[in-house]
Amino acid sequence: MKVLVFIEQREGKIKQHAKEALSCASLLASSDVYGVCLGKVDADSLAQIKRYGAQTIYSISDEGLLGYNCLNYAQALCEAIKNLSPDLVLGIASPLGKDLFARLSARLEAGLLTDLVEVSVSNSQIKGAKPMYAGKTLAQVGFSSDSGLRLVTIRPNVFEAHEKSGESSHEELKVALPGSEDLKLLEIIKGSHQETDLAEASRIISGGRALASEANFKILRDCALTIGASVGASRAAVDSGYASHDMQVGQTGKTVNPSLYIACGISGSIQHMAGMRTSKVIVSVNTDEEAPILAISDYAIVGDLFQVVPLLTEEFKKLHS
Amino acid sequence: MKIVVLIKKTPNTEAKIEPTPDGKSLNFASVKFITNPYDEFAVEEAIKVATQVGNSEVVAVSFSDDAAKDLVLKALAMGADRGLIIGNEGLENLDSLAIAKVLAKVCQDEKADLIFCGKQGIDDDNMHVGVMVAELLGRPHINVVSKLEVQGQEATVFREIEGGQLEKYKVKLPAVIGASKSLNVPRYTSLPGIMKAKKKPLDKKTVDDIGLNKASLLAVSKTQVLAYTLPKAKPAGKVFKGKPPEVMVAEVVKLLRQEAKVL
Repeated sequence: MKVLVFIEQREGKIKQHAKEALSCASLLASSDVYGVCLGKVDADSLAQIKRYGAQTIYSISDEGLLGYNCLNYAQALCEAIKNLSPDLVLGIASPLGKDLFARLSARLEAGLLTDLVEVSVSNSQIKGAKPMYAGKTLAQVGFSSDSGLRLVTIRPNVFEAHEKSGESSHEELKVALPGSEDLKLLEIIKGSHQETDLAEASRIISGGRALASEANFKILRDCALTIGASVGASRAAVDSGYASHDMQVGQTGKTVNPSLYIACGISGSIQHMAGMRTSKVIVSVNTDEEAPILAISDYAIVGDLFQVVPLLTEEFKKLHS
Repeated sequence: MKIVVLIKKTPNTEAKIEPTPDGKSLNFASVKFITNPYDEFAVEEAIKVATQVGNSEVVAVSFSDDAAKDLVLKALAMGADRGLIIGNEGLENLDSLAIAKVLAKVCQDEKADLIFCGKQGIDDDNMHVGVMVAELLGRPHINVVSKLEVQGQEATVFREIEGGQLEKYKVKLPAVIGASKSLNVPRYTSLPGIMKAKKKPLDKKTVDDIGLNKASLLAVSKTQVLAYTLPKAKPAGKVFKGKPPEVMVAEVVKLLRQEAKVL
């Protein structure tokens, strides 16, 4: 089993989750692991990623790959695949990864399993498990053939990253890109808040309708800053206009998988819980002892979030001193 | 301008999703089906663009069973001009790529200038089909779109990515646009709209009618669900109540460090 890992970068920095993908690939294929990175990558970032078990990291640093363009990226990755003939191409189910792999699947007529939380190989048969319905059910999934090219993306924060001994070599691949005029990335407009997307965040603090206003979300942001968390919201809070849609956790928002999820003033609708129940540790703060969220909380504080959250912020600050 | 909007039938978001006893499929006996919520934003945007550019036709397409008729009628009641259901009898378990082949063929036959779909189905959560349709048509796609401005045969499109950032693209049509929730607010269907919808053309075709065949679609399908399971139940956690908030908070933070080891 030869595995090619797609290593994602944004503005020259390789995503931390690429390490998870390389480590996952090493578990599946032992040493027959290669990486490919599209776009220009900082030397530091490249040096780091070389310690995660790939034989060789290839990069294609064409001008057309500086930002994400689905046509150029698909073309470049296809060329890398043709050159290297892997059995499996593995990526992270990030916004970019999901988009690119779907395009690639149709271009190469290769089966694609997206957002796996488990993956295994036995006798060249690849199987996995994937949450569906935002996590209300877990589907055991597989490919109809045990040979030929197969594509998989894995969910961020699920697989552990392990450094390996030795260092990957690095090679530049030259690829002729189509230079299509059909699609152009003009600019990336920075967000008004956190840089780490909820779907990739390792810590999240979320607020529900009980926050009662957009301004009150500041107490969550202040708390989040102390532990490097991202701020999320329930659908009720989003629909009430207290938070933007990209902050929504749940079935019509984002499915999240952090190591720590703190739910403040969220009662726990079936849609919300589906989207966050796989969080490693769940803390809830709620005045209602009967709120459904308590049933899936590791630690529940029955109390007023306007008292509790600032106290949490103070306690978190003490951790650093 | 010819606009095609792709709609999918999904269980409603409140639905309990439970595997059948053999785990081979899901028990939908008491589940109410709706238009995939993201597809409603797609329908709304299709109608908005059609109104704005004028001289346009919006075709609502679903690859589904007869129950999709209600979904297509709803799109017609919102303002789509024509409906088309491609029956999926015997093809219910096709994977995304095979489904995309069917829908791409429809878009090709319709000579669509612009194709809308939801950013993802809320059932299998894949984000596959719209992107695959674009690739099969050899055209660009932009998924998770929060804003769209059509200017002649081009469009300026904003795509939501991580951390609340937006990628701003210029795209030449035809293209596939995957709608995010922040794209618009879908209109309500009015009673006159519903009455009118019943008089609008709604065709039903088989895959053979559009020049494909079941056997080759089944052969193209390369992934499958082997079994469904429920997520593991969480053991009961610790509840802190009736003490001063500062005491409860201190205890929980201590446990987060020492027991859960997440801080």
